[in-house]
Formats: sequence, structure tokens, C-alpha cells
Amino acid sequence: MELHLLLLFMIFAAIVAIEVKDLLSSVVGVGAVGFALCLAFLILKAPDLAITQLVVEILCLIILIRATINKDLPLVIEGRWFFNTISTLAFVVVFLFFAWAAIKELPAFGNPLMSVVKKYLAEGTSRTGAVNIVSAVVLDFRAYDTLGEVTVLFSAVLGIMAVLRRPGRKKIEDKDNVR
Amino acid sequence: MSDNPNTGLPAGKAGMSLIVKTITRLTIGLILLFGIYIVMHGHLSPGGGFAGGVIIALSFIHIMLAFGKDIAAAKISRGLASNLESIGALMFLVIALLGFLGGSFFLNVLAKGRPFKLFSAGTIPLSNIAIGLKVGVGLFAIFLALVILEGAKRK
Amino acid sequence: MSLYLLCLTLFCVGLYGVLRKRNIVKIIIGIGIMEYSMNLFFVLLGYRYHGRTPIDAQNQNILNMVDPLPQALVMTSIVIGLAATALLISIAIRIYEKYGTFDITKIKRLKG
Repeated sequence: MELHLLLLFMIFAAIVAIEVKDLLSSVVGVGAVGFALCLAFLILKAPDLAITQLVVEILCLIILIRATINKDLPLVIEGRWFFNTISTLAFVVVFLFFAWAAIKELPAFGNPLMSVVKKYLAEGTSRTGAVNIVSAVVLDFRAYDTLGEVTVLFSAVLGIMAVLRRPGRKKIEDKDNVR
Repeated sequence: MSDNPNTGLPAGKAGMSLIVKTITRLTIGLILLFGIYIVMHGHLSPGGGFAGGVIIALSFIHIMLAFGKDIAAAKISRGLASNLESIGALMFLVIALLGFLGGSFFLNVLAKGRPFKLFSAGTIPLSNIAIGLKVGVGLFAIFLALVILEGAKRK
Repeated sequence: MSLYLLCLTLFCVGLYGVLRKRNIVKIIIGIGIMEYSMNLFFVLLGYRYHGRTPIDAQNQNILNMVDPLPQALVMTSIVIGLAATALLISIAIRIYEKYGTFDITKIKRLKG
């Protein structure tokens, strides 16, 4: 029951974050969604995820506020308002139709399949020595996923450095001016 | 954030007010210590390399927000951050390659030890330290790049 | 089942924001909301009634733990989401620097 209330709160905060005119209020709204998600992880018995989500949300808020502060924002909605809204709603309805068809096949809430995990739960502590089964799965049974994640994070940092560095930008601007 | 270090103030005056600076000086060590604790105990309690790494990054970002970017950049420069991040990634790969001593990639070859002790679980704590280093320094480098860009634009 | 539907509704709110809004920061926020809802959906799939946290306790045999596999997958996904958000924000800052606006319809030079 508390999960339903939490999810309704998240949907309300998300609508506020999307629809409000001020950018800073919008960022605060998305922060509310993130902290409610942290509470939902705690209720769903995932304390690892709750800690990670909490600190990541704080960092995400700092970065978003840093980016949007002191920026004015002329929010004008002109022309084709009707067409845009109708096409967006049509896309959402099509998505919901296929998602409903997929959800009907899933196991009911509270009774997961657990076909792979049975082995991990039975042998996790004795085979890896780690008490925290999530840690054992992340770093021992499924360490390839973590290797891929490290690669993705590395490429993301490289991409940010490439987008934000200063000398390269000047050269490109000079080239544009020459043309 | 109104009195930015880029407005021409001397180095001592940059950053936020005296109250914020004093509280930051008192709490920053505790935050860093908590991050290291979360990384080290990743195999015993909730947490692990990802959460601990983000907490370590947050402690340095705290310094940067309170004291201005010059003092934070003096503690870890951008080149050192890049090097440390590469070291974290390479350390994780080396731990993965250690598995070939036992026959396959990512095999847990070290001694398992007794459960519920800090020094147990073979390579898992080492991998946690590598990932914590990589995530923490990487996120700090991202934030440093963003702040340096903002400062350069305002000049 | 109703929880799955509420989670999908949250996803649709984010999708609406991405498709309908013209401000780049609003689009980034919509992508973030979609990511939150997908993470929550994974963890919802692994929940078990009266389940315990997947951490062993001393001198105690815990029988019914929740599914740790979705939690392990989502744990990497959260950090990747933060890095992706930072990358999008840096691109948005560059666009603001170049064109002086966050409005995607005003960015004419991208239209080739």
C-alpha cells in the first residue's frame, strides 16, 4: 500500500517537474522523484540501491543546478500546439498498448521466477566468501557486466572532457570564421 | 554561489562565507572517512564501490563549493584526476586477468578467508577499491570540467 | 499488477516530456525520469512477499531472500545514468554558449 502512495507521489512530482515554467523548480521536482525512488528501494529491500541512489541524486542535483542557474528561459508555445500534443499522445498510447501486452506475460508482483538466482543464493557465501550477495553477484558471478559498466563510465568521462575542453573549441571557431 | 572566485576577489576571500568554511573544515574528513568505510566494507554491508566512490567525489565537490575551485584543484589537479581514473580502470582489469592464474577470466583466485571478517572474500574487496577509485575520481573530474568551463565563460 | 501499471505511467510522463517539450533541460529531466522508472521496474520484478534483504546474517539461516540479480544490474545502471546525465548537461551548456538559448527550435544551424 505504501508503495502505491509513493508511486503516486512520484508521478505527481514528475508531472510538476515536466510542466512547471521555472527551470529551478523543475530541477527541485526531479529531485523529489529521485528521493522518493530512494525510499521505494528501501521498502523493496534493496539497501545497496538506496544508498547509491541517494548519493547519486545529490550529485545529479548539484550538476543540474550548476547548469541551469543564472540562465533565463523564454518559454513560448507558438503554432502547431494541437498537432504536437496529439502526435505525442498517440505515440504514448501506442507504447502503452504494447507495454500492456508485454506486462500480461510477466509473473505477478511478489512471486518472482528466481530460476537463476537460486544457485547464487545457495552457494554465494560459500563460493565467494562475501556476505553481501549483491556484491558477490556484481563483482564475482557477473563481473563482465561490471567491466562493461567501467568501460561505459570511462568513455562518458572522455566524452565530457572532449566536449568541454577549451583549446579545441577555439580552433573550430576560427575555422568557421574563415569559411 | 553569488560571490564566485572568478569575480576578481583574492584567493582567501573566494568561496562562501566564514561559517560555511568552518563547518566544511570540520566535516570534510568525516565525509571522506565514511566514503572509504563504505568502499572497504562493500562485501559485508550495504554499499560497495559505486556508492562509496560517489561519496568520495562528493567530499571533494564539497571543498570546491565552499572554498572555490582553485583550492580544490590544488588538492587534485585535472591531470592527476585523469591518471588516477586510468589507474582505477587498469587495476580492475589486472584483477580480472589475475583469474588466469586459476584458469579463467574473473576467477576468484585469492584465499576466501572466513566470512564476516574484513579481510575475506578474495578479490572482491580489491575490485571494490578499484571501482571506488575510478568512480570517485571520474565524477570529480566531470564536475571540475563543468566548473572550469563556467568560470572561463564568465571572464 | 497495479504497481507495474503505475511504473509505466511514470515512464509515460517522462516520454511525454521528451517528445513534447522544447527546452533542452526539460528533455534531460524527462530522460532522467524514464531512467528512474526503468530502475524501479527492474527492482519491482525481483521483489518477493515477506522477503529479506540479500545479506547473510551471523548465526542465522535466512531462507527467503529477494532476488539479488536485478539489484546488481540496476546498481551499475544508476551510476551510468549519472554519467549520461552529465554528458547531456555538458552538451546543453555548449549549445547555450553557442546559440544563447535552450530552445531546440531556435537552433537553426543544426538543420543542415
